[in-house]
Amino acid sequence: MNILLFGITRDITGHSKLTVPANAGVSTVKELKSWLGQQYPAMQTLSSLAVAVDSEYAEDDDAIHAGQEIALIPPVSGG
Amino acid sequence: MLIKLVDHIDLNEAYAHLNSPDAGAVNLFVGTVRNQTKGKEVLRLDFEAYDAMALRQMEHVASLAMQKWPLAKVAVIHAVGAKEPGTPVVVVGVSSAHRDASFEACRFLIDELKKTVPIWKKEYFEDNSVWVNAHP
Repeated sequence: MNILLFGITRDITGHSKLTVPANAGVSTVKELKSWLGQQYPAMQTLSSLAVAVDSEYAEDDDAIHAGQEIALIPPVSGG
Repeated sequence: MLIKLVDHIDLNEAYAHLNSPDAGAVNLFVGTVRNQTKGKEVLRLDFEAYDAMALRQMEHVASLAMQKWPLAKVAVIHAVGAKEPGTPVVVVGVSSAHRDASFEACRFLIDELKKTVPIWKKEYFEDNSVWVNAHP
């Protein structure tokens, strides 16, 4: 499963794209966040971290799979 | 609706889109780069967008505004890239028959944009840089 990264999440990981291994046990938004927190503890210091699936905000319980465009949305600050 | 991500904001383009013979009010809000944050001098800002999603969310807030107020036209335009102080970086605007709706809708558009549209801002100071709002 590929994840797109923006803003500070790219600085934290050093990558603009991450691959979550198939055996990581990630099948929901909540599981993705918890996997990220383990791999990159600095993610836990963010004031918020949302996940977008196919360009829409997703909920913690939403299922995710490799065919979707999944992105991390750290706190937005446009304008 | 005029919804765009651009390198440079063109205020005339926004006004030309909004102006309409059946509208008695055209209201534009322009957000610009401020030269300081908490007393520290800002050299420049970098704006980064998740383009496809940002455009969808900008369209979404524009549609919400059109449902809430009787608007003739709506424009939501955001700049991306490196910007120096004094530069316009976001424009939200509406036209409507009367001014109350246009003021209220503009306020709504910029507030919602800042809450939900995936655009990130990095501030560059003399001695460091920081992603705005990233930490509590």
